[in-house]
Amino acid sequence: MTDAVIELRGVTKDFGEDVVTRVLEGIDLRIEAGEFTALVGPSGSGKSTLLNLLGLLDRPTAGILRVLGRDIAELDDAELTALRGRSIGFVFQFHHLLPALTAVQNVLLPLAIGDGHVTAAHREAALEGLRAVGLADRADERTTRLSGGQQQRVAIARALINRPPLVLADEPTGNLDTATADEVFELLRSFNRRSKMAFLIVTHSPELAARCDRIVTLVDGRIVEDRAIEH
Amino acid sequence: MPIAVFIALQFLREGKTASSLVIAAVGVGVTVIVFLSALIGGLQQSLIDKTLGTQAHVVVRPPEEVPRLLRADDAPADTFVASRVQRPAQRVRRIVGWQRTMVAPGADREVSVVTPVVSGPGFAVRGTASKSVNVLGIEPSSYVRVVAIDDRLVAGRLPDSGAEAAIGSELAADLGVEVGDKLRLQADDGRTALFTVSGVFRLGNREVDERWVLLTLRSGQTLLDLVGGVSSLELRVRELFDAETTALRLGAATGLVAQSWMNTNSELLTALRSQSASSLLIQAFVVLAVTIGIASVLVVSVVQKRREIGILRAMGMSRGRIVLVFMVQGGVLGMLGSFVGVAAGVAVAMAFRGAVADARGAPLFPISVELPLILTAAATAITTGLVAAVLPAIRAGRLDPAVAIRHD
Repeated sequence: MTDAVIELRGVTKDFGEDVVTRVLEGIDLRIEAGEFTALVGPSGSGKSTLLNLLGLLDRPTAGILRVLGRDIAELDDAELTALRGRSIGFVFQFHHLLPALTAVQNVLLPLAIGDGHVTAAHREAALEGLRAVGLADRADERTTRLSGGQQQRVAIARALINRPPLVLADEPTGNLDTATADEVFELLRSFNRRSKMAFLIVTHSPELAARCDRIVTLVDGRIVEDRAIEH
Repeated sequence: MPIAVFIALQFLREGKTASSLVIAAVGVGVTVIVFLSALIGGLQQSLIDKTLGTQAHVVVRPPEEVPRLLRADDAPADTFVASRVQRPAQRVRRIVGWQRTMVAPGADREVSVVTPVVSGPGFAVRGTASKSVNVLGIEPSSYVRVVAIDDRLVAGRLPDSGAEAAIGSELAADLGVEVGDKLRLQADDGRTALFTVSGVFRLGNREVDERWVLLTLRSGQTLLDLVGGVSSLELRVRELFDAETTALRLGAATGLVAQSWMNTNSELLTALRSQSASSLLIQAFVVLAVTIGIASVLVVSVVQKRREIGILRAMGMSRGRIVLVFMVQGGVLGMLGSFVGVAAGVAVAMAFRGAVADARGAPLFPISVELPLILTAAATAITTGLVAAVLPAIRAGRLDPAVAIRHD
């Protein structure tokens, strides 16, 4: 068995105090290095909540959540933030780039946040990242001047810049036309193949899910199916 | 560059319009503070200079003479003594052992200069003209460090020999004398002496310019029949507004009456304090308005940038650094506003000084913008920016990244 990047055992997540709503129940999930997994399920099934837990943006109400072997229940807020910065890359549906920054400035952020300073070396690394997604020539453009597909490529470069063991992509192609969506998906796939980075992709597209190595299906806060795909 | 500073500067650059308006608002506030402080400070300094141009900060003199009822003690116990106690006319009195007494103020660390003075009434006589005068015997070298009369000489110099006298400009005009002319002085006991006018001064105080006659200490002692004695010790203190406490301390130490300028000019002091309080109050309201202005812009910025804050938190930025991003914005807005405000404040002050002038072109209002004022105003603006940023920054730091990212 390979090392788990992230592991959930019996994870439950409730919201509310007076009226408690259980959003996730008894989640057991193990994602290993290099896996390319699709997370599917209808709206309201708890995908976003699960993604928040996997992204260390929230803590489970009950159960165990381990990242790179560390139980997050033992970490305080600052340690959790630092672990998130080192271990998780995020790609969002609406790219969520900082409009105040240029493309290269957006991409260097995870490195600069980790070191506490912005340096020339960060910029060089960010330019390399933009080159990898085919946008080196747009490095100093404000991201608002880029097309939707280009913005998502910048977001992917940003998510991968510090080589996180796990990349969480929340409907990364949901806001793109079919051709661009296909390009972006293939970009993610190619990075996965070239590295040991694990990808968990939330998608509503059965076609894209079918091109992943594994599909985890969530319904009403429970994992109802977890199957590998043979290509 | 620290990441918090980097992001703060990018945020400020992105919101150029709002940033420019806040910088302008801070600038206006700092302009008001600089101009008002320069104007009030200049006016007060001018008033103090005019008042203290003719008097020492502290004057130490013997206690006034009071009558004692000698017979009351001798009378039998059952005898009623009826008496009418009349206040005696005050004479020129000497400070006993004044050289020894001078040691106490001289050793006081708040006192910068002590000078002995003998003073008393007399008459200045020239031909048939006679004027009532106040004769002062001084040690010129130390006296000018207490009352800068040498700066106010309109002709000649202060007396440096026993036969010389410097007189006020009005007195010179009244008697028709100039430097080099002879002048006879007569003390109230009738003794007279002839002096050569060595200098004429104008202190801008009519009473002084009409009545003061300055002699050397020795000549004054001889004329006023106080040989070897002095009637007062006059002091300059290091901190003008500590004069009263210094006077109280010296009075207790010497057993003499020590009176400060603050005591003899209490109405002026009250006016100055009221003026300062009004000025401070106006400045406090300006600072409050600027604080609210910066805070409101930053609060709006936190709301507008919720998603960006969430993204930064998701990428591992700590709450502390998020707080710092907004604190830096407040500080930078305050700093840039202070640059604008100081420049505008100095320009307005200079323009005002030029615009409000008398017929000879001399400024009616003495305005001086000095480095400490500029530094204080700049520090106030930067502190205001930082203080204004505290609440928005804390609010930003508390944002839940999961919620903030999904903010639309």
